Amino acid sequence: MNTATNTPTPGRFDAIVVGGGPAGLAAAYTLAAGGAHVVVIERGDWPGSKNMMGGLIFSQPTAQVIPEFWKEAPLERHVTRREMWLTTGESVLKAAYESTDFGAEPYNSFTVYRSRFDKWLAEQARAKGAVIITETLVEDLLMEGNRVVGVRTGRPQGDLEADVVILAEGVNPFLAEKAGLSRGLKAESLAIAVKEVLALPREKVEDRFNLEEGTGAAYEIVGEITNGIPGTGFIYTNRDTVSIGVGVILKDMVDRAGEAYALLERFKAQPQVRRLIQGASPREYSAHLIPEGGYRGMPKLYGNGVLVVGDAAGMVNAAFTEGANLALLSGRMAAQTVLKARDCGSFEALTLSHYGELLKKSVIMKDLKTFEKMTPFLSSHPHFFSIYPELASAVVKELLTVDSLSKADKMHLIIKLVKSQRPTRKYLKDLYDGWRAFS
Amino acid sequence: MAIHSVVCVKQVPDTTQVRIDPDTGSLIRQGIPSVINPFDLHAVEAALKFREEQGGSITAVSMGPPQAEETLRKVLGFGVDRAILLTDRAFAGADTLATTHALAAAIRKIAAAEPVDLVICGKQSIDGDTGQVGPGLAHRLGMSQVTYICGLEGIDPEAGVIRAWRQLEKGREQLEAKLPAALTITETCNHIRYASLPDLIAAADKPVEVWTVDDIEVDRTKLGLKGSPTRVNKIFAPPVRERGEVLVAAESSAADAAAKIMDRLTEQGLEMGLAG
Ligand SMILES: Cc1cc2nc3c(=O)[nH]c(=O)nc-3n(C[C@H](O)[C@H](O)[C@H](O)COP(=O)(O)OP(=O)(O)OC[C@H]3O[C@@H](n4cnc5c(N)ncnc54)[C@H](O)[C@@H]3O)c2cc1C
Repeated sequence: MNTATNTPTPGRFDAIVVGGGPAGLAAAYTLAAGGAHVVVIERGDWPGSKNMMGGLIFSQPTAQVIPEFWKEAPLERHVTRREMWLTTGESVLKAAYESTDFGAEPYNSFTVYRSRFDKWLAEQARAKGAVIITETLVEDLLMEGNRVVGVRTGRPQGDLEADVVILAEGVNPFLAEKAGLSRGLKAESLAIAVKEVLALPREKVEDRFNLEEGTGAAYEIVGEITNGIPGTGFIYTNRDTVSIGVGVILKDMVDRAGEAYALLERFKAQPQVRRLIQGASPREYSAHLIPEGGYRGMPKLYGNGVLVVGDAAGMVNAAFTEGANLALLSGRMAAQTVLKARDCGSFEALTLSHYGELLKKSVIMKDLKTFEKMTPFLSSHPHFFSIYPELASAVVKELLTVDSLSKADKMHLIIKLVKSQRPTRKYLKDLYDGWRAFS
Repeated sequence: MAIHSVVCVKQVPDTTQVRIDPDTGSLIRQGIPSVINPFDLHAVEAALKFREEQGGSITAVSMGPPQAEETLRKVLGFGVDRAILLTDRAFAGADTLATTHALAAAIRKIAAAEPVDLVICGKQSIDGDTGQVGPGLAHRLGMSQVTYICGLEGIDPEAGVIRAWRQLEKGREQLEAKLPAALTITETCNHIRYASLPDLIAAADKPVEVWTVDDIEVDRTKLGLKGSPTRVNKIFAPPVRERGEVLVAAESSAADAAAKIMDRLTEQGLEMGLAG
């Protein structure tokens, strides 16, 4: 094939992006801004209509794609306080960080509804010249040998060719598998999250979460709420709703015959949580998968005429519930790579390997590498979600309870308590395993 | 005979997602996604079919807020040739009467550049449910009126007529109407096609023209809230009407029939105010 021709066919697209989530839209935005002719194909009624997350949009990475996005994007609240909760059935141990810094430009993070945020991103991409096609499913890739040359959609006359296809299809990388890049989904590297949006008047949100007008809070919660299954709960404040959900590792949940919905109910019944959401009426319920395979679960990121970005490439940092930011940045890097490839007229894997270089140098790969062993570690150490929260709570409770025991007696009691839970060597092993997994 | 159809479309709240405020009983419109009025898609389909059969072109018009552009974009995706959005504060708060004034003025302007053979509407909008805009346009534009069309036989270009089936409360009625005509289409009239990928892509380059009140010739006092005498007291579905008595003219002379009608009316105690 003659790949070095630089004369574009009129009407032909330089790039096809499959999927209108943050990854695909950041790619399209960057490509269109760089003068490329790009089309996004999204199966939902509009970009974002099928998408859900907690969720926090982090300011700094998003601004790399669209500077000062907070001036126009549909955001709910800017987050000024994050909390980590360790829960038992009846108690909570909290760590909170709050900063007025987070309350001023460029901000730290925002709560959003993805159905509105993604739609807005799509409008920005369209304003730059990207073509956005919705309600259209990409069913297959068009291949010439081992080279991707286009996509097949479910529409009449639905085949479309382009120099390069960017796969931004999200957690289920069905096309990346067809391209021979991904090995498909595995239960042990997937988390399932269920979420409810609960309506609560604006003043009540601000009252109960102790917020100044317009500011927001984000809580991550670990402990008894997941019933011993590795996972976390989250609560995010929106303008006049609260998003509440739990995410657990799919395999562990199935192994323990758990049900995600039952876990969410359990979470909502936790006394300190219940107080926050009392009287709030459900607006919507959704469930979604999260790729938590980390670095080890990642597919090949490029091939001849094809690149994989965002969740489709397994780019989620489960430790910090980050995904949208990695999606945005990887989409941008893929676009930068395509722009470069366009200049030299080649879209072979070798040229597209530039994407791999950009990723390697970026925070994305560095973080994913740091946490590569986390998911397997937590799966094999489920007591981190049961024994340790219980223990921490028991210790603090003992310290805070003023009774007839002297402080010295209390220390003895605490040591006895700790020893009764697990033999000392097991604590040491946990410590060692933990150190190995995260360093 | 090339047919120029004007299709009127409206953006409505997606009623599958509408919630009712339990305290006030009113619709909560906030945060509800908007969709194209489903019956209007059947109107678009009818226009596409006419264009396939007879040639010609299709112009879509929508009166609504700036966001209604989305609805017109969607319609362009089906291969509609031209899309015009009527948007202005002056139109806001319009009832069906004021709406027909604005739309009729826009259609007159469209027709001045390219004569209009058909004005096609959905049978009603799912948020207002009145079904009055189509008939109102027929009246203002002086066109024949065919409402609740459940089947289209097509256009006879020679005779300059359209043949269609109307859905009645009981049964169907076949009729023929002279062009130009204003039609309203029900969901049983046709199947909405799945737009082709090339049509969708071509639509991305087509503009949605925006017209304000300054772009049309219209009496401004008849627009928007000011021009809307409708006050909603209560919303209910009207009961199905019984079929009335039918006097077959062929069986009696016109004078006999008129006498019979007079008898019936006086029987029912109706005062006949004969104008002098
Ligand atoms: C409960 C939950 C909470 C989360 N919280 C956070 C958070 O707080 N912060 C954060 O940064 N991240 C969070 N994430 C992760 C984040 O949502 C994802 O990492 C991010 O959405 C990935 O973006 P993406 O564009 O790769 O994929 P997606 O957002 O999943 O988009 C993929 C798109 O592709 C479309 N698509 C798929 N296949 C096809 C096809 N064949 N044809 C056409 N279209 C197709 C889909 O409809 C979809 O619109 C959370 C996720 C979940 C589930």
